[in-house]
Amino acid sequence: MQRRPLMKAALMAATLTAFGATAAFAENPVLKIGFVGVTSGPAAAWGISNQRSMEARADWINETGGYTIGDTTYDIEIVSFDDQKDPKRAIAGMEKMAQEGIHYVVGPNVDDGAAAVRPVAESSGIMYFPYAFPKSLYQAPASNAVLGMVANYQSGPAIYEYLMQEKGVKTVAFIAANESDPLSQRDGGVEAAKALGLEVVSDNVTYQVDTTDFTPVLTPVMRSRPDLLVLSGVSPANAPQLIRSARELGFQGIISTETAQDAGVLAEGAGDLANGFISVGGASTPELASPMMNEFVDRYTKMFGEYNDESNTKVYALEYILETLKADPSAIDNVDAFKAKMDTFEAPNPYMNGDAKLRYVGMTSFGQKRQVAVPLVVNVYQDGVFETLFVAEVD
Amino acid sequence: MEQILANGIYLGSQYAMIALGLTLIFALMNVLNFAHGQMYVIGGFVTYTFYGQWGVPFVLALVMSCVTLAILGALIEKFLFAPVIKGSAREESTMLLAAGIAFFLDAVILLVFGEKQRGVPKIVDGVFNWDFRIIMPYDRILICVLAILSIVAFIGLMQYTKTGRALRALAQDRTAAQLMGVNVDRYSMIGFALGAMLAGLVGGLLVTITGVNLGMGGPTSIKAFMMVMIGGAGVISGAIWGGIILGFMEAIGLALLYQYGDITYLLIFVSLMIFLAIRPQGLMGKPWG
Repeated sequence: MQRRPLMKAALMAATLTAFGATAAFAENPVLKIGFVGVTSGPAAAWGISNQRSMEARADWINETGGYTIGDTTYDIEIVSFDDQKDPKRAIAGMEKMAQEGIHYVVGPNVDDGAAAVRPVAESSGIMYFPYAFPKSLYQAPASNAVLGMVANYQSGPAIYEYLMQEKGVKTVAFIAANESDPLSQRDGGVEAAKALGLEVVSDNVTYQVDTTDFTPVLTPVMRSRPDLLVLSGVSPANAPQLIRSARELGFQGIISTETAQDAGVLAEGAGDLANGFISVGGASTPELASPMMNEFVDRYTKMFGEYNDESNTKVYALEYILETLKADPSAIDNVDAFKAKMDTFEAPNPYMNGDAKLRYVGMTSFGQKRQVAVPLVVNVYQDGVFETLFVAEVD
Repeated sequence: MEQILANGIYLGSQYAMIALGLTLIFALMNVLNFAHGQMYVIGGFVTYTFYGQWGVPFVLALVMSCVTLAILGALIEKFLFAPVIKGSAREESTMLLAAGIAFFLDAVILLVFGEKQRGVPKIVDGVFNWDFRIIMPYDRILICVLAILSIVAFIGLMQYTKTGRALRALAQDRTAAQLMGVNVDRYSMIGFALGAMLAGLVGGLLVTITGVNLGMGGPTSIKAFMMVMIGGAGVISGAIWGGIILGFMEAIGLALLYQYGDITYLLIFVSLMIFLAIRPQGLMGKPWG
C-alpha cells in the first residue's frame, strides 16, 4: 500500500535533483580549452604539469564565479588528451579537439607531436600553444602555433655565456637521447656553443630513451674531460640518473640542461650529487612571484598533493588564451581575430610583482609574435631546492 | 676492456634476473606475460615506498616487494589466467589478457604512485676505482652480487626442493605431472607467484640504482622478451644466458660504437633477427618446444 507514495516521492526527488543539477550547470555557459600532451611515460611530468596547471586554474576561476569575456561569464572546462609522446596520437588528440568545437589548445609537449598536429590545427581553426622548439612552427607561413615557454636556442646561449664569464668554462660535451627533441636541442646547443667560442669536445654520444643505466653510456663522454656537460633535452626521469652516473664516474665539472626539471625528483634520484646542476626553471622566483602566483601554488598543491616548479611556466598558457579572448571577445570562435589581437595585446601579468605585462613576443626568433612572454629563469640545484642563478627576458 | 667486462657482468646479472621470472611463467603456463615489466615497476615502487619514504630497512623493503608481487601474481593467476586457460584453447586469449593486465597495472601505478621518476637513497656510498681501468660504484657491485646470489638461490630452489621439482615436472609435461600426482592448479599458481616475485625482487634491487618511473614497464618487458628469445623460451638456463649475452652486447656496443651514434641497439636487433632466422628456438630451447 505504501509503495506507490514512496515511488512518487523518489521520482519527484530524482526529477528535482536532475533539474537542480542541470540548473547548476546552466548557470554559466562553458568555454572548453583543450590540452593535448604527454601525461604518461618518462616525460609524463612535462604534460602533467600542463594539465594540472590548467585544471587548478580552471577550478579556481569556476569557484570564483567564472571568467567574463565580453558580456558573457563562462565556466572553464579543460578537455585533456594524453598523446603518449606519439605524433599519431597527438593528431588524434587534435582531431578530437576539433570535433568538440575547441579553438584553443595547449600542447603538445614535444617537437614531433607539435609538428604533426599543425595541419589539423590549421585546417580546423585551432590556435595551439606547444612546448616544442622547431622554428618552422612559429615562423610564417605558419601562424597557428604560439610557443608556450622559452626555447633552448634562447636559453642555451644565455647559460653558456654566463658560465664562460662566471666559471671560466672553455670546453663542453653534449649528450642526448636518440629522439627528435633532444637531438635537435643538442644540435642547436652545439651551434650556439661554437658561436660563443666554446670548444665542443664530444657531441655524438646518444642513448636510448628507455635507458636506465647510464654508466656505460657516459663512460666515453667522461674521457673527453669537458668543463661543462650539457644534457640536451633531458627528461625529468633521466636527469637524476645521468647526473649520478657522471659524478660517480668522477666528473667534477658543471652539468646543465635547457629543459625544466623537478627538484624533488633530483633530490630522490641523485641526492647531493645533483648539487650545482643548472637548468631552466619555472617562470617565477620567490622575488618575482605575486600573491596570485603564491595562491596558485597553494591551490595546485592542495589539489594534487605536490607542486611542480615547472608549473610556474605552465600556468601562463591558459591565462594568455583567456586574457586575449577578453581583449577581443570575437576571437572566441574566430582564431583570425585572435591572431590579429596578438600583435597589440598587452595586459597586466597577474603572476609577477611590479608592472610586468602579458604580451606576445618572438619577433627576433620567428619574425612574428608567436611566443608568450615569460621570464627566463635559470636555476641551480642546491640541497633539495632550486636557487635562482639569473633571470633574463626573451625578445 | 676491464670496464667493458665489469659493465657487461653488471648489466648481464640484472638482465638475467628480469628474464628469469618471465621465462618461468612461460615454461609453466605457456603464457607470454606482457605485464612482467609492470610487475617489475611495482616492485620498484614498493621498495621506494618502504625504504625511500617510510625509512624501513632496505632488506625489509625488498622482502615487502617480493611478498607484494607474489600475492599479486598468485591472484592474477588464480582469478584471471587460470579461468581463461581453462575456458579457451586459443593462445591469443592469454596474450590479450596479459596485455590488458599490463595496461591496467600502468593505470594503477599512475593512480597510486604518480607519474614522476622516483629514487631512493644510496644503500652504499663510494666508488671502486682501479686506476681508472674499472670504475664501479659500490652499490652497483653490491646489487650485482645480490642479483647473482638470487639467481643461484633460484636455481637451488628449482633443483633441490619439492616445489622446484613439481614446477619442473609441470614445465616438462603438464599432463604427465598431473598423472604423477602434482596438483597442477596449485603449482601453476605458485609458479606464477614465483615469477612475479622475481620481477618484484629485481625491481626492488634496481630502484637503488636506476630509480623507477611509470614508463619503465613496457621497455623492460621488451628487453625481457629479447633475452628469453636469445636463450630459448621457457628454459631457465636460457634466460640466464640471454641476459648475460644482452648485457655484454650492450656494454661492448656502447663502449666501442659510441662515435657512430646510437647504433648499439640497431645492431643488437639485427643480430637477433639473423640469429632467430638461423636458430628460432634460441640457444637452449628445443625445436619441438
